Amino acid sequence: MSAQPAPHSGDVHGHGVVHGHGEEAGHGSLKGYVTGFLLSVILTAIPFWLVMGEVIADSRVTAFVIMGFAVVQIVVHMVYFLHMNSRSEGGWTMLALIFTLVIVVITLAGSLWVMYHMNTNMMPMPHDMRSMP
Amino acid sequence: MFGRLSLNSLPLHEPILVATFAMVALGGIALVAAITKYRLWAYLWREWFTTVDHKRIGIMYVILALVMLLRGFSDAIMMRAQQAIAFGGSEGYLPPHHYDQIFTAHGVIMIFFFAMPLVTGLMNFVVPLQIGARDVAFPFLNNFSFWMTTAGAVIVMMSLFVGEFAQTGWLAYPPLSGIEASPGVGVDYYIWALQVAGVGTLLSGVNLIATIVKMRAPGMSMMKMPVFTWTSLCTNVLIVAAFPVLTAVLVLLSLDRYVGTNFFTSDFGGNPMMYVNLIWIWGHPEVYILILPAFGIFSEVVSTYSSKRLFGYSSMVYATVVITILSYLVWLHHFFTMGSGASVNSFFGITTMVISIPTGAKIFNWLFTMYRGRIRYELPMMWTVGFMVTFVVGGMTGVLLAVPPADFQLHNSLFLIAHFHNVIIGGVVFGLLAGITYWFPKAFGYKLDDFWGKLSFWFWLVGFWVAFMPLYVLGLMGVTRRVNHFDDSSLQIWFVIAAFGAVLIACGIACFLIQLVVSFMKRDQLRDWTGDPWGGRTLEWATSSPPPAYNFAFTPVVHDNDAWWDMKKRGFERPVEGFRPIHMPKNTGTGVILSALAVAFSVGMIWYMWWLAALSFVAILVVSIVHTFNYDREFYIPAEDVARAEGARTRMLAGE
Repeated sequence: MSAQPAPHSGDVHGHGVVHGHGEEAGHGSLKGYVTGFLLSVILTAIPFWLVMGEVIADSRVTAFVIMGFAVVQIVVHMVYFLHMNSRSEGGWTMLALIFTLVIVVITLAGSLWVMYHMNTNMMPMPHDMRSMP
Repeated sequence: MFGRLSLNSLPLHEPILVATFAMVALGGIALVAAITKYRLWAYLWREWFTTVDHKRIGIMYVILALVMLLRGFSDAIMMRAQQAIAFGGSEGYLPPHHYDQIFTAHGVIMIFFFAMPLVTGLMNFVVPLQIGARDVAFPFLNNFSFWMTTAGAVIVMMSLFVGEFAQTGWLAYPPLSGIEASPGVGVDYYIWALQVAGVGTLLSGVNLIATIVKMRAPGMSMMKMPVFTWTSLCTNVLIVAAFPVLTAVLVLLSLDRYVGTNFFTSDFGGNPMMYVNLIWIWGHPEVYILILPAFGIFSEVVSTYSSKRLFGYSSMVYATVVITILSYLVWLHHFFTMGSGASVNSFFGITTMVISIPTGAKIFNWLFTMYRGRIRYELPMMWTVGFMVTFVVGGMTGVLLAVPPADFQLHNSLFLIAHFHNVIIGGVVFGLLAGITYWFPKAFGYKLDDFWGKLSFWFWLVGFWVAFMPLYVLGLMGVTRRVNHFDDSSLQIWFVIAAFGAVLIACGIACFLIQLVVSFMKRDQLRDWTGDPWGGRTLEWATSSPPPAYNFAFTPVVHDNDAWWDMKKRGFERPVEGFRPIHMPKNTGTGVILSALAVAFSVGMIWYMWWLAALSFVAILVVSIVHTFNYDREFYIPAEDVARAEGARTRMLAGE
């Protein structure tokens, strides 16, 4: 659905409200994009090497290390490509991000915790599950 | 061709439904005939259906909500009547199959199609005026959101006469709502009504957040925003964060029903408890989505009619924000008895009790606002005081239910029913009715009649207490909800009292409708010439009643949280010349078309008419894409027109 930009909003803002549409955030520089790109390549190459070279013996540890790199990669993308910083849009993007993270963490961690308890207490024994197709 | 739709799907064998259909059809024909006779179709289409004016969209939301209130309330009174007579040998007049649809429809309609549109309507109307903006951030999106909500309502209403509605209770828990236990169309009606309306709700949430964050008048910092705007902001943040969860969980349920996945089935690795968990992650914030704007309305009303600045503005704001966050930490209290064990239940019991602290702080803020104020007991103030008395009782029974061991006794009993009606009627409904009475003169230019309003208030208040206190008693005695026949005739007297209470509430609703008619007839006596009939404090009272399409000829500059009060105190002079053309968005019919297509799509999905679903889905995409090429979306109101409108207001203020 196309969000129609309010044609009159320019008028309203023209009276002195901060006309914030990414002006403070800027649209990035070549240097920023190159840095982000190189970091992304490195952060992708290392997990690739970890898997292909079988560097760590335990595959579970490998999985956790890769997830760690994924988290760092997310941050890199947000900072260098999405221009996330504490100043853009007067801090609203950062605030929205923090709120989103809080809600997502509450939802996921809470659901896992609750459902772990539910499954332990309430679900049928595993031998029932073996008969499933 | 027609999927599973056949003549048998029409409930011709149910005399109650046939009679209702006859009534609705006659009423509908009369309405259509009247509109045609007075040649109002073109006017309605041009000025209302296609409008992007936030004020008119807000009014249409309120009208939708009031229509749906009548439907939801007739369900309520049918349930009360059934339970009052179905004892011992008497089966009552509603068979279980029908009764189950009624309590499901009652819950769904009252929450999604009465309370939500009313809340959204008031926010839509008031927020841009309160922040000194000319419209919302995305005017077309606003129109589209309204029509999607209406489309959802249309789908629910269709289920009354074509097929059936869900018999699952308002949250449609699986496995009962799964395809094996509910093979009919009822749950599909439920799913698609909520999905379509959910699009509207979510988008209007995005729209209002953008409006509040980006379009405030110069000088209005966050901590100078009126409290209603603050609570609207928090409500819309909750909407945007919570509704996707509902959408996702309903998508999973649809997949279970349509393509045979096993997310929530009882076997093949499915887990119905996950549905309950997810739907309450949406469901609890939803409660606060409804009550926060009501809190905002009470804050505006209390400070206006006490002629005093709101006590503890910043504590009010912080309480609102804390409630916003905490509302995400309590969802498990809806299923303490599902078996999570002691540690989980204690955690959620405690967070639930904690949430009563910011709520209590708000109550004290309102009381301290009234303390030593010049209180005028106008109607909105009466609703507010009625709210404080009623809501506190509901809040306390809520804290009682938050104690897990007590909840094991009271879970799914009528005590719970009494509790949530106590907070929803005493909190949300009283708040919204206060809001309607408070802002009515702003919307239409005349006040509502006092006599019928007071009658309505007393009927509602007394009716509520008579209808729901017996349910507390019954719940404590262990009577469970959603039962359509009882053997123990000693309980009957309580149900008869409750039914009498429901009749009192019906009188309250009738008085409210009479009030609307009487006020319209007496509108010349009740006229508000000033635009500020109550001695208001916030910016919406700075413009005329009803406001011009552009709201403010010049954007006001704000220096205080009670911006208009501050302007009046400093001897604000209304600018009377130097008007400039005003840039405004143009009306569009795309919202109506898209939501009509959404209804067609839903009908296709519900009745397994796959060709219709596919066709209308493609049509939705095509219309949306075509609309993006419509560049002719704005126009200027010429300076002369502005000058003429403002000149008329100048003469009105001078009393000519």
